[in-house]
Amino acid sequence: MAEASLLLCRRLTRRFGGIAALTDLDLEVAAGAIHSIIGPNGAGKTTVFNCITQNLSPTSGEVWFRSERIDGLTPDRVAAAGISRTYQNIRLFRNITAIENLLVGMHLHVHSHWWGAVLGTPHTRREEARAHAEALKLLHFIDLAGRGDLLARNLAYGEQRRLEIGRALATRPKLLLLDEPTAGMNPHETSRMMAFIQRVRAEFDITILLIEHQMRVVMGMSDRVTVLDHGAKIAEGTPAEVQGDPAVIEAYLGVKSAAPAAARDHAASLLGAAASER
Amino acid sequence: MSAVSLALWTVRFLVVALVVAGTIGTILKDRYTTAQWFEFVLFGLTIGSLYAQVALGYTMVYGVLRLINFAHGDIMMCGAFAGYFVATPLENSGFLEVHPVLGMTAILAAGMVVSGVIAVLTERIAYRPFRRVQGFAPLICAFGVSFFLEQTFRGLFGSSVKSYPAPKWEGVEFHWAGLSVPGVDVLVIVLAVAFMAVLYLIVQKTRMGMAMRAVSEDGEAAALMGVDVGKVIVFTFALGGAMAGIAGVFYAFLFKQVYFYMGFTPGIKAFGGAVLGGIGSVPGAMLGGFFLGLVESVGPSLFLDGIGIKAPYELRDVIAYTLMILVLVFRPQGILGEHMAKKRA
Amino acid sequence: MKTLTKAATTGLLFGVGGVYLALVGLLEMMQARPIVFGAVNLGQAVLALLALACGVVAARDAGPAFARAGAGLLGGLVAGALMALLQVIVATVPLQGMFIAASPALRNMLAFGFAPGPGALAMLLGGGIGGLAGAVLAVTLPSLRRAIVAGAAAVVIAGVFQELIQLMMQYEGIIGWIRDFVYTWQGLRPQGAVAIFVIAGGTSLVLSHRSSADHVPSPDERRRRRFISAGVALLVLVLMPLLAGAYIGEVLMLVGLYILMGMGLNLEVGLAGLLDLGFVAFFAVGAYTTALLTSGSSIGLLHLSYWEAMPIAVLISILGGVLFGLPVLGVRGDYLAVATLGLGEIVRIVVLSDFAAPLLGGPQGVLDIPKPSIGSFELGSPVKLFYLTLVCAGVAAFIAWRLENSRLGRAWEALRDDEDVAQALGVNLIRSKLLAYGLGAAFAGLGGSIFATMLGSVYPSSFQLLISINVLALIIVGGMGSLPGVVLGAIALIGLPELLREFGEYRYLFYGAALIVMMRWKPEGLWPSEVRSRELHAAAGEAEPVAAMEPG
Repeated sequence: MAEASLLLCRRLTRRFGGIAALTDLDLEVAAGAIHSIIGPNGAGKTTVFNCITQNLSPTSGEVWFRSERIDGLTPDRVAAAGISRTYQNIRLFRNITAIENLLVGMHLHVHSHWWGAVLGTPHTRREEARAHAEALKLLHFIDLAGRGDLLARNLAYGEQRRLEIGRALATRPKLLLLDEPTAGMNPHETSRMMAFIQRVRAEFDITILLIEHQMRVVMGMSDRVTVLDHGAKIAEGTPAEVQGDPAVIEAYLGVKSAAPAAARDHAASLLGAAASER
Repeated sequence: MSAVSLALWTVRFLVVALVVAGTIGTILKDRYTTAQWFEFVLFGLTIGSLYAQVALGYTMVYGVLRLINFAHGDIMMCGAFAGYFVATPLENSGFLEVHPVLGMTAILAAGMVVSGVIAVLTERIAYRPFRRVQGFAPLICAFGVSFFLEQTFRGLFGSSVKSYPAPKWEGVEFHWAGLSVPGVDVLVIVLAVAFMAVLYLIVQKTRMGMAMRAVSEDGEAAALMGVDVGKVIVFTFALGGAMAGIAGVFYAFLFKQVYFYMGFTPGIKAFGGAVLGGIGSVPGAMLGGFFLGLVESVGPSLFLDGIGIKAPYELRDVIAYTLMILVLVFRPQGILGEHMAKKRA
Repeated sequence: MKTLTKAATTGLLFGVGGVYLALVGLLEMMQARPIVFGAVNLGQAVLALLALACGVVAARDAGPAFARAGAGLLGGLVAGALMALLQVIVATVPLQGMFIAASPALRNMLAFGFAPGPGALAMLLGGGIGGLAGAVLAVTLPSLRRAIVAGAAAVVIAGVFQELIQLMMQYEGIIGWIRDFVYTWQGLRPQGAVAIFVIAGGTSLVLSHRSSADHVPSPDERRRRRFISAGVALLVLVLMPLLAGAYIGEVLMLVGLYILMGMGLNLEVGLAGLLDLGFVAFFAVGAYTTALLTSGSSIGLLHLSYWEAMPIAVLISILGGVLFGLPVLGVRGDYLAVATLGLGEIVRIVVLSDFAAPLLGGPQGVLDIPKPSIGSFELGSPVKLFYLTLVCAGVAAFIAWRLENSRLGRAWEALRDDEDVAQALGVNLIRSKLLAYGLGAAFAGLGGSIFATMLGSVYPSSFQLLISINVLALIIVGGMGSLPGVVLGAIALIGLPELLREFGEYRYLFYGAALIVMMRWKPEGLWPSEVRSRELHAAAGEAEPVAAMEPG
């Protein structure tokens, strides 16, 4: 396998009963990249995430991460290996505070035992203090300074999104999976989120695999784009390569390749307009 | 997962070993006659038919509300009490002896109506506020309802065990191929199956039944299609409650007694039956109830006697509860609950 | 018109409530508890309270004052009519064959001692007056209303708990003089009732005046206050048995035992979100292990001393918790509740059975369990054992408090909110859940161990599902996940019913109602767990629970 690729999925397949949500997907994510997965509703994008993090075990196929096979591990071991994620419908721990959410994210990197906590050993105190300092820094980074003592459920929508990303970052991942981070946002908020994601990559020096619906986001900041439809890969390449691909246009607009040229032009211009904002 | 898998495999192994060793031991000892085995099976089917009826209520309510109506066993108890208060004067006046059909109809009707009404009331008062609530608030509330019902009946009618009237025609026994068949058992099984068949038809054929199934499949979609979910829920509680009321009357007839705590244990077991059959599935609940009754009735002699356990019949409930826990651990989707399980995932 | 309908409906509901209380037998039982000797008993007070509350509710949102008064009057009249109807029915129809509480004594009470006809009229009038008074109360000044409520509550408490309070006032001199002024040996004197009403009401008035001028206390101040009040509560708890004698000692012993177990279950249910109804199983394991290891009877195995047996009992309980926890690790939510409930029942039946009798003694139980002793000092009486329990409960509370603010505690809370996400963040589900089961079982086992030595014997009948329900109910009523809530819940659900012993059989009716009411209207409990503010206090080094930012 290539040295540069951080994540490698080989012939990844997942079936639910008789229905195949994902068929023979090959996916290679290069280290340091922002890699996007796009596709119409029900194309199997979130299933890819679930199969990488082992929230779902793949029916067949392999997942390699940093040259180690991770399919078959439990999700907590995958997290320990260096993959962390967010969810399409935000899944924060709603009944604890923002900063506690971050502290849960640091679970893997706080080295203390429960009896240490009961006895209040110096080691535990040091670890807790260190974790707090780190959580505060992170809180600052996700722009929630001063809001850390609010219950997660009482935060605003955008804040919840950022907190979820912060919580994922707290596990110190090498690879961050973002599931539609701009879902439900207006254009202004979307732009801010895009800037934020780029800041995340720069600051933490990590690779990002992104599921997106908004074409503008994908074309604007991805290094590489994979297009899924009906659980299979139909195109892959740079944003520019993908946006001209007839199969992609067909999948997105539901037009046959033999359809009137006008429709195709329209689709191409849609995709192109998004790309030109880059 | 290795520690967990090891534990699970140990449990599997132990259970299978116990069952096999017990069965072989019992067969070798040959302590029971064919007539006795027949008696065990018949009793198992009888009590199983009651579990099946109660399990139906659990399964239907779970289908529409995703709530374990923990108080369902106590709703059965309410029906038994209602039946008792009708049956006693009927028996004392001699009416029940002369007109068994009319009398039984009145008793069953009382049980059905009272249980149905109480079920609907509990929904209205205790469960309705929790329609959209996740977590275990609804379940704890259901516990509260269970206690409240039991203790209310205890306060109203006393804590003593009341003996149910036993009309003479009840003691009839049929004889067939050297086996004696108590008439009560036949009556209970036949009527229970008949009522369940009616319920099945209601669920399958009527508009309300179809709406109920639609809500079970997908509540939101059903609501968007114009189904009045609130009405369906009330209907479900009424139907399940009525079924439990019938079961309560039969249960009291079988064991010849009513008391305020009588619904609790059968309620839990019937829930086990519902899970065993696949919660949310109406045929599954019937199947699960019958199966549970059979295992509970035959199990002590078949499995436990063989490995030399004294007085195995005392441990009858242990078998029922163990079966329930095994199902919850190893096959929470039950026998017929495949599609429900997928939705929960 | 709408107001009238609403008032009538309210009256109907309260009337049905009154009829329920009467038929369930509570009213008649309350009648036996005097509040002011020779004048008012608890049953009459409850009737009055019903009428008042009916008036308050009926008059709410009824518009101008006269409309409110009318609504209150109507509501009270309707409720009174229902009760009067009940009285007449009980007088004319022999109902007691069915409803055991429908006795002549009940009728007599509902008719205020009159014949059925005049009695019904009296009840109707009483209802109307009560409703009107409630409506008036609803429109009076809030501070005045609070004062009246406080005064009345103080009188009721002083009257209902007169035995206990008198016991604590067995001194000569000034205390004795006050006692003789307020009480006869049978109950509150009218003059005492008036004095208490005036003092409590007056205090409330003064306080409400002061507090309205007061500033809002800062978090630090509130924290200090909370510490002070907790300290005072602890001091009272420690001194109480010395002041109030052996009976209170026994009650407190039970309360302490349940606080101990509540701390354990709170870790499982409140923090980790594992709804465990088989708690009694580990309680039984602890009790029987202790019994078998220490008992001097023929069934005893090793004849150890209590102090040697207790740690072993706790260890075996933990082992039991982990062994049961392993297979049910994958069982979630409702299903876990039922599975654990099944476990509790299995343990009870096995302990009771002939099958296990050679080892566990069957229905006869295990007798002759020694008391613990320190040197030559034997902790023989419940009061002495109470201090042992208090120490254990204190240790349990300390462990729970430290864990709550630790890495493990946070993992538990994460698990409670979303198991999948917690796992995806690196939380090891198996470890965290087994630790929750194990620690919960440890506290239950310790409770069982103390229970065994307290009774000096163990019987299968002590290990009913009701124990699990008691513990669960107390942490829910107190506030899930809240440590002070556990203490409050134990006092309210275990201590109070012990003090009102004649209501013992209605205890579970009350529990059932309490569970429903709490879940519907106050799911966070009486003393909700606090939102920890850690961002602002992280700089101070250690994180400590401080005042709530908002009720959970």
